[in-house]
Amino acid sequence: MIRDITIGQYYPVDSVIHRLDPRVKLLGTLLYIVSLFLFDSFAGYLLVALFLGGVILSSKVPIRFIVKGLKAIVFLLLFTVAFNVFFTTGDHVIGKWWIFTLTWEGLRLGAFMGLRIILLILGSSLMTFTTTPKGLTDGLETGLHPLNKIKVPVHEIAMMMSIALRFIPILLEETDKIMKAQTARGADFETGNFIKKAKALIPIFVPLFISAFRRASDLAMAMEARCYSGGANRTKMKPLIYRKRDYIGYGVLVCYIGAFVVLNILVPWF
Amino acid sequence: MGNKMSFIESRNLVHEYKRHDENGNIEQVNRAVDDVSISVEQGDFVAILGHNGSGKSTFAKHLNSILLPTEGTVWVNGMETRDEDHLWDIRQTAGMVFQNPDNQIIASVIEEDVGFGPENLGVPTEEIWHRVETALKAVGMYEYRTHSPNKLSGGQKQRIAIAGIMAMKPKCIILDEPTAMLDPNGRKEVISTVRKLNKEENVTIILITHYMDEVINADHVYVMDHGKVVMEGTPRTIFKEVETLKKYRLDVPQVTELAYELRKQGMKLPEVVLTKEELVNALTKLEKAEN
Amino acid sequence: MSIKLVNVNYIYSPKTAYEKKALTNVSLEIQDGEFIGLIGHTGSGKSTLIQHLNGLMKATSGHIYYNGNDIYAPKYNMRELRSKVGLVFQYPEHQLFETTIIEDVKFGPRNLGLSEEEIEKRAREALLQVGLTPDLWEASPFELSGGQKRRVAIAGVLAMQPEVLVLDEPTAGLDPKGRDEILGEIEKLHKERGITVILVSHSMEDVAEYVDRIIVMNHSKVFADGTPKEVFSKYKELEEIGLAAPQVTYVMHELHDKGIPVDVNATTVAEAKESILAWAKANHYINQTKDKVEV
Repeated sequence: MIRDITIGQYYPVDSVIHRLDPRVKLLGTLLYIVSLFLFDSFAGYLLVALFLGGVILSSKVPIRFIVKGLKAIVFLLLFTVAFNVFFTTGDHVIGKWWIFTLTWEGLRLGAFMGLRIILLILGSSLMTFTTTPKGLTDGLETGLHPLNKIKVPVHEIAMMMSIALRFIPILLEETDKIMKAQTARGADFETGNFIKKAKALIPIFVPLFISAFRRASDLAMAMEARCYSGGANRTKMKPLIYRKRDYIGYGVLVCYIGAFVVLNILVPWF
Repeated sequence: MGNKMSFIESRNLVHEYKRHDENGNIEQVNRAVDDVSISVEQGDFVAILGHNGSGKSTFAKHLNSILLPTEGTVWVNGMETRDEDHLWDIRQTAGMVFQNPDNQIIASVIEEDVGFGPENLGVPTEEIWHRVETALKAVGMYEYRTHSPNKLSGGQKQRIAIAGIMAMKPKCIILDEPTAMLDPNGRKEVISTVRKLNKEENVTIILITHYMDEVINADHVYVMDHGKVVMEGTPRTIFKEVETLKKYRLDVPQVTELAYELRKQGMKLPEVVLTKEELVNALTKLEKAEN
Repeated sequence: MSIKLVNVNYIYSPKTAYEKKALTNVSLEIQDGEFIGLIGHTGSGKSTLIQHLNGLMKATSGHIYYNGNDIYAPKYNMRELRSKVGLVFQYPEHQLFETTIIEDVKFGPRNLGLSEEEIEKRAREALLQVGLTPDLWEASPFELSGGQKRRVAIAGVLAMQPEVLVLDEPTAGLDPKGRDEILGEIEKLHKERGITVILVSHSMEDVAEYVDRIIVMNHSKVFADGTPKEVFSKYKELEEIGLAAPQVTYVMHELHDKGIPVDVNATTVAEAKESILAWAKANHYINQTKDKVEV
């Protein structure tokens, strides 16, 4: 159950997207998200979907696997869609029930918001599917390096992130195990009112926190034993160096954004 | 200090854990390591045996400055572990592998994890790649270099942890109960890897364990109980003392116990038997008792 | 009373790239009062199998009957099954969460909806059964040693008064004495209270010492099922699947191959000792006039 969550995982295959410099992918993801929010027409989203589809295809990550990531946000998705559908006011009323008013505008906005969340999750999870956590944090560390000058501990933040990503699957598995063990002791997580359900979580969270702290202290010791002393004087096994494909990647991004701008100016309904 | 110092040496080492109450006053003092003096020569395979809570792990953590002595002194390759100027030299000289394989792998790709130590030491990029390759080959995990550690078995994860230390080119590896969480096959993998590194690369090994069958091939064995070293010698001299070992919550391998029991019944067997070959050999060569 | 599995199959993530068969056509019957050892290397399906016994995992196909009742029948009381088949996971001390030992042990019986008196009574009994004396009961479970914590966790399952106790490697990580103590207590529970015990273990020596029946799992299937003597007589086949027999079994086989007529079925030190001594006495390898020699 809990192990089905695929968001944030790395999918190890070799593809051109996997080999791209993480800085290209980070900027790409950022621009992609910006484009989602700036260009909110169905025609615009068609372009977004085409771009995303192209990237997914060249990433060699199975579509099934990517779509599985949506499972985790099904509730958020349904909630957003429902909220928009029923609470949007508009002139073209289709029907009315109790406090809910269904309008044509609501339907359109609901569909739109749903689409936006789906595209957002698919696009940003593609980033983690194709970039090792190390690559991701290296990319952030190098990309945000200038912030070091204003005393932002960029290396430390990047290290924390990469460790968090490494331990997410381990802690998820552990949660699963603890839940099963407490179920075997007759615990019930499904029935009862909200307070009862919240109380039922104590036997899961206390052991989980204890375990997380134990792991953290073990890990700190193991890192020290391997001479870790922060970011200073470290070298890199995989330093980030731009290659030809990365410049092409930047080129593609420029085209993508360019296409939006041009279409926006030239096509009125865009 | 007239005599020559060994490669690793602890002299009258004491470590106390202090428990404080709410006002910060010392409530309880627990002496986890109590007057331990041992010496290890370079290239040795040394085992430290002891039950859970005997102080063996606390002792081990002094050998690379993770813990510092309350009293007494520890030297690693001539450097005192208290000396902060040598902290990183000490940790690079004496690497440490811990019990829980999951909690010591830092990166999500195996080769990146093995490269973590050399990165911290400031080794140039090309040399890191070279070291990672050599280290992964030494533990027989080279073909897994691009895998995620999450899908590996416990034994494989521990071999990655060992490779991570090997990539720092240590003179000594301290293994703090590396097999306690593994199944028998994983234990065999780890122990044979460690033996190979000892034999072929001349890495000094200090193995902390409570599994008796893992120490049969050690050059020297220390047994700890209540923070003290209570027995010391070769595996052969230690395993002779079956009853004493049991008193310290330990045991002996089945063949050693069987031979001991048979000898107690009057059979003329060697004083100590460590392997099944030895026992079979001894039994087939028995001579008839007089009268 | 029994647990009966008929053609049980379990498939992880069916119809995906990660599809993996964890149980294949497993049919077994576990009788009341048995002491069973379940062995197999990591990933052989042992853990999946035991989680089916109390309904934590549901078979992809096949049937499981507890005391004759189909546990997958629509109105079957799964929570009652979980109290009857007590499952102690690996490193169970990692599931402790209460502020005192006795409160933690009460968690199970409290979930059964018993009266406070009954809960208290069961918790006390369970703690005594695992050898934890009343002076410890009000302490925090996190102050205990590893072996003691594990006892608290086992007591937590015992307090539900299960008819069957399933333990997944209860001795993992314990020192030799701690291991003997826990196994000794489990044996006592089996002998004195007649609890059916299923012990998952990696130690052939321990299994040979304590159990009456061994089930060997390999690649999601039942590979062998019989008494320790029957199972360990197939030691060569066991080796092929990455397992082994107890050390003494090898000694006895090698002696036998060299023409010494000892009992190759011996699986424990005591049995081996008896058989070798009998041979030694018959052939005058022991000084008969003096029974014991100082060692």
